[in-house]
Amino acid sequence: MEPLTDAEVKSLVERAQAIRATVIEMLVAAGSGHTAGPLGMADIFTALYFHVLNHDPKNPAWPERDRLILSNGHITPVRYAAMAHAGYFPIEECLTLRKFGTRLQGHPERERLPGIETTSGPLGSGLSQASGYAYAARMDSRQFRVYCIMSDGEQQEGNTWEGAMFAGKNRLSNLTAIMDRNNIQIDGMTENVMPLEPLREKYEAFNWHVLEVDGHNIPQFIAACEEAKAIYEKPTIILAHTIPGKGIKEIEFNYKWHGKPPSKEEAQKFLNELRTLGGKISSEHQ
Amino acid sequence: MIQSEMHLREDLWEAKEMGPTRDGFGKGVVEAGKADERVVVLSADLEESTRAEWFHTEFPARFIEMGVAEQNMATVAAGMANYGKIPFFTSYAAFSPGRNWEQIRTTIALNNVHAIVCGMHAGVSVGPDGATHQMLEDIALMRAMPNMMVISPCDAEEGRKATIAAAKAGKPVYIRFGREKTPVMTTSETPFEIGKANILYKIQQSDCCIFATGPLVHNALLAARELEKEGISVAVVNVHTIKPLDEETVISCAREAGAVVTVEEHQVNGGLGSAIAELLAKKHPLPIEFIGVQDRFGQSGAPQELIEHYGMGVKNIVEAVKRANGSRN
Repeated sequence: MEPLTDAEVKSLVERAQAIRATVIEMLVAAGSGHTAGPLGMADIFTALYFHVLNHDPKNPAWPERDRLILSNGHITPVRYAAMAHAGYFPIEECLTLRKFGTRLQGHPERERLPGIETTSGPLGSGLSQASGYAYAARMDSRQFRVYCIMSDGEQQEGNTWEGAMFAGKNRLSNLTAIMDRNNIQIDGMTENVMPLEPLREKYEAFNWHVLEVDGHNIPQFIAACEEAKAIYEKPTIILAHTIPGKGIKEIEFNYKWHGKPPSKEEAQKFLNELRTLGGKISSEHQ
Repeated sequence: MIQSEMHLREDLWEAKEMGPTRDGFGKGVVEAGKADERVVVLSADLEESTRAEWFHTEFPARFIEMGVAEQNMATVAAGMANYGKIPFFTSYAAFSPGRNWEQIRTTIALNNVHAIVCGMHAGVSVGPDGATHQMLEDIALMRAMPNMMVISPCDAEEGRKATIAAAKAGKPVYIRFGREKTPVMTTSETPFEIGKANILYKIQQSDCCIFATGPLVHNALLAARELEKEGISVAVVNVHTIKPLDEETVISCAREAGAVVTVEEHQVNGGLGSAIAELLAKKHPLPIEFIGVQDRFGQSGAPQELIEHYGMGVKNIVEAVKRANGSRN
């Protein structure tokens, strides 16, 4: 694959900022939900929905689509926002997040919104589902890839490692897992709550191909997704080092923002920060 | 008397033909696999005792060994079902759905995908293995879950039919099976339809109706015959599908009899008896007695000995019918 042009990179970066702004607007409208994780994963979801995934927003059930299984369902606002920006549904619908009757449930449900591959929220079961999916697809020699996004906190779930063992044993090379390594969880820093490291060595020991990227460097992440496709004997995991709350200085690296939304006043300030790229440019909204 | 349209075995009273319901699974899943190539079987290191081995031998490429990891087995099955396979995943009921309940809830029931939870070695009749392996809460666990169907076959032949039917259900299904050889009562001619209870035994005007599920249906029939000799006429209904419950049959049989006994090899809390009581309390309240394990754990012993000890023998059912009858207004 050709490297991205500067214009393509710029377009993706701007898209990620727009998705972050949508996430903030969604969370304020909802009045509850998680802030840090979705902001930290905006660059990766942008890269997936606007470059990596083979998909068709107008035909979410297209049988040849790549499957994106989101294991840590609580960061679903960023997925909804990315899907809306990609054209799955109108961006205005994002403001229905968590409201009665919405297709945009607080944690995603497969049967509610086309394009959501599986219901998730309870942690630790996405990797196994993705593995089952990938195993079944390989039985039928299907060509699509299965992607699974996980949090780092859910590496504390036993089910995650059962899934890792299964995928490693079965050399599921059509599976790419992506871990949001942002180092925070609800009760604090992961390495204090229950240490996860050394993650690279652990996955290697489970017979995975391990890549590490800066989760905010879109070209680097896309290159890792490409490399994963070239690994034939193992599943690949991309350890994406991210900054929770990325893009909003006050939220970045502050675990207190894991599970709460911004207030209206805070949101105004944050949106301004996003739109001016941290004061580097002036905004038409000022 | 035995209802002729049920086509039961004539030698059922003597229990000449014996077999474990899990054998029915083993046979049925091979037949289902022949009929539909989407059928796959997952095993958590128990392929011999769950009879998943029979499918393994027939369809090696469609058998998936999961190791001792029931949570992973349920979620891998969810992913496979989501893709479009029809996974039957097998272990002892104590572990699946015992250990992996939340995974089944979220990734199978809420996802509403067609995966079949096959819980073997249910009930105290597992025998010597003791309480840890004698699953007595599985019906309650699975019945409480929206979208989930719950089936408890009465014998090996019905186990075979239930397995074949589950492969065509298009929705999440739980089937419980037993380890021990139990009497085969039904034949290939006996009707089986998910959600349709079978009236096996009936006299013109019954004094009491026994709703039974699983291999204890045999004890219910023996009790009915004994009661008949004493002049008490009893109907016996095989409620193989606990969810969706055949409300019409339950209500009409209960209304006619005026008193009810439920029989199951399960805790009396949350199982078949609870399902029947919930329905009848709402639609037709009447005296009801519950045969099952009375909020206790099992223990090691011989299967028959344990059935008697925990109050699920023929004698217990006979007494329960008399109590239920005596309580009517």
